[in-house]
Amino acid sequence: MKLNRLGESTIIFRNKPKIVSRYAIVGKKEGEGPLGSYFDEIIKDDLFGQKTYEIAEREILQKAIEGAIKKGNINFADIDFMIGGDLLNQIISSSFSARHFEKPFIGLYGACSTMSESLAIGAALVDGGYAKKTICSTVSHFATAERQYRFPLELGNQRPPVSQWTVTGAGCTILGSDENSKIYIPMATFGKVTDYGIKDANNMGAAMAPAAANSIIEHFKDTKRKPEDYDLIITGDLGKLGSEILRDLMEYNGYKFTNNYCDCGQIIFARDQKTFQGGSGAGCSASVLNSFILDQMEKGIYNRILFVATGALLSTISTQQGESIPCIAHAIVIEREKEVVNVDNNSNNEYIKRKNGTSKKIKFSK
Amino acid sequence: MDREERNKKYNLYVSSKSPKSREWPNLLYAFLIGGLICCFGQAITDTLQIWFPAMSETELGAWTLTVIIFITCILTGIGVFDDIAKFAGAGTIVPITGFANSICSSAMEFRREGIIFGMCVKMFVVAGPVIVCGIVSSILVGVIYLIL
Repeated sequence: MKLNRLGESTIIFRNKPKIVSRYAIVGKKEGEGPLGSYFDEIIKDDLFGQKTYEIAEREILQKAIEGAIKKGNINFADIDFMIGGDLLNQIISSSFSARHFEKPFIGLYGACSTMSESLAIGAALVDGGYAKKTICSTVSHFATAERQYRFPLELGNQRPPVSQWTVTGAGCTILGSDENSKIYIPMATFGKVTDYGIKDANNMGAAMAPAAANSIIEHFKDTKRKPEDYDLIITGDLGKLGSEILRDLMEYNGYKFTNNYCDCGQIIFARDQKTFQGGSGAGCSASVLNSFILDQMEKGIYNRILFVATGALLSTISTQQGESIPCIAHAIVIEREKEVVNVDNNSNNEYIKRKNGTSKKIKFSK
Repeated sequence: MDREERNKKYNLYVSSKSPKSREWPNLLYAFLIGGLICCFGQAITDTLQIWFPAMSETELGAWTLTVIIFITCILTGIGVFDDIAKFAGAGTIVPITGFANSICSSAMEFRREGIIFGMCVKMFVVAGPVIVCGIVSSILVGVIYLIL
């Protein structure tokens, strides 16, 4: 049997599984951010009219999935699998939502890397002819993540300057074959669990950056590509500090990122929204990918991107026991079939360019 | 480069690259807000003394604390206290306001898991160490007092 693989960890999808529909829904704060106009739906109330934040989170996810089905005019019977995960213990948001849809369910836990993990598995299922269409989705909620990983909401404590803000939001991508859509997933690189010994659970960006660097380097080695081969390389939720560290780590390894790199966590919030290093959470990369990024791809501004969602695989118990934070990142290549290219590269890249200023010029060296 | 050495180097690099808390402004805000809370407490004591001249000093202290705790819990309940505390830092944590807020916010947070197993059990999830510390130190002081 022929192996559909390049190098050590990149798999190739020869049948080009297409992105047939997408939907992103976010909370109020995210909606007020710079990407607000790209999201399909912005909820006004964090409780979403529910009794608890946990129920609200699963309602948001459900809404995102229903939204994607409706938006893409998809026949519900054509959907064969639902793939997803979230941040809560025992991934309750995803599995509880799955009981509503009554489709074969593949539950994942990849922390904030779930979006790219579910896309990779979904693409493999579609590519292999195991599914006509799959739902790939994930969600996170600020209030549920805070109470699970940190402190009560109303507690008067100060957040450290390295911290990030968990995004309230969900994203759903529906993958399928033989559709009219021009956007497809040609390959994916599964990451390895990487731990550089960071123990501070507030400094997620620094903990996750090496995992992102490893997956991206692995991807470049497997595919013999370079950063310049991509219109955009976008990481999940490294935040400002984490993405600066990633730039350093890449440079240290001989790959220099130019203006074609940015981070979802860094672009989802504006500076005056007081989120310190930016957004985090599974919903961060999911909502940015399914709104801004895919929108820009549909318009032909980006033709080939590398989407690298990053996840910190810690639990409150491991942190309390003084363990360091193992992290993971999965890289997905998303391409657009080239034909009509209305080049308007500069105007839209301006925002990302502005976000790329470095604050402290300290390099990682031997 | 072996793994331990790499991690050590990376941690050093990260700590030099990470932004630090701004110490001096934080100290100043804590001093100002903390001082204001203390002045407010003193004002309550003085007012109570005018209204109830017969009250003893310990009684006055107890009533002052009750009033401050009450106000803190109201502010926590309407979601204002955490905004003040974000600015004040230790200025609101060190006085009894911090203790009151930690219990009140936990009680609010876990109310949805039920009264007994949610609210009552989790109420001391943040304040617990303070209570343990208080009890242990009072035992130690008691023992020293007994010996002397």
